[in-house]
Amino acid sequence: MTQNIPIVENILNANDRLAQTNRAKIDAAGVFSINILASPGAGKTSLIEKTLPLLKGRLRVAAIDGDIATSIDSDRAAAAGAGAAVQINTGGDCHLDAVMLHGALDQLDLTQFDLLIVENVGNLVCPANFKLGTHKTVLVASIPEGDDKPYKYPGTYRGVDVLVVNKIDLLPYVDFRMDYFQQGVQVLNPNVTTFHTSCRTGEGLQAWADWLVENAKK
Amino acid sequence: MHELPVTQSLLKIALDHAEKADAKQITALNIVIGELASMVDDSIQFYWEVIAKDTIAEKATLNFRRVPAELQCMTCFHKYHPTDKELICPQCKGVGAKIIAGEEFALESIDVE
Repeated sequence: MTQNIPIVENILNANDRLAQTNRAKIDAAGVFSINILASPGAGKTSLIEKTLPLLKGRLRVAAIDGDIATSIDSDRAAAAGAGAAVQINTGGDCHLDAVMLHGALDQLDLTQFDLLIVENVGNLVCPANFKLGTHKTVLVASIPEGDDKPYKYPGTYRGVDVLVVNKIDLLPYVDFRMDYFQQGVQVLNPNVTTFHTSCRTGEGLQAWADWLVENAKK
Repeated sequence: MHELPVTQSLLKIALDHAEKADAKQITALNIVIGELASMVDDSIQFYWEVIAKDTIAEKATLNFRRVPAELQCMTCFHKYHPTDKELICPQCKGVGAKIIAGEEFALESIDVE
């Protein structure tokens, strides 16, 4: 005889629970943590590279970099002044999940840091579904990607706390309608904190760095 | 391609609940996926056939209930379905909207024997 068992369980519950464990561990060390998402080439690593010198003497920073392969990103973070840089190679997975972050946290003495920057795998779809346990999720969007991205990736734009619009110096050369872009963001995520930056000219980076310091000192 | 870990999670939840109910076989999984949840049912089906093999869920049918996105304008309270290119309210062009439906992603129930 067939029997129906009601469940109504969020399919990613196991990941979400481990994310809570990660959060407890990060909180216990008194560290402020961010998860940076973006498509490949939006400037995640460059943003981290340019931000670290601005945090020098203000925050002790650890970086965890997720990539399918190579340690290029963690090497760049270490060279730019991160106190520790851990590389996670996902071996093909297109996102970090709570299990991977859990493993990487074990390699760090968190009590030595004020800020933990987790750089996710470059991808606008999958990372949004997997919570890691960090305090804030930051999306780096860039002007050359086009103004239609909030419309095409609503899940990602909806789930973030901070939006960094990078490569703002390219606005004069690209058909990017800022009002159309902002409209999409506004509908999906009216409370998002937005920064306009250029890692090439340095525009807007100070405000972003100040935001990090302010939150890490809370 | 996040559907692989998602499908593994789905299988685990179903097996856990079936075990608790002393079921011999899982015959169906009833899954709800919202339009905004970025999940592809064909991919879940594809991975399912690989990973559910040799479990009591091997013969289970995956039933997907798709939920269309629905937004409600916070200016004129009009309810609407967003299009690919526009998210703002088609009636008053307001930008403040609440997402009422479309973000669901859950296993609602399983059928067991």
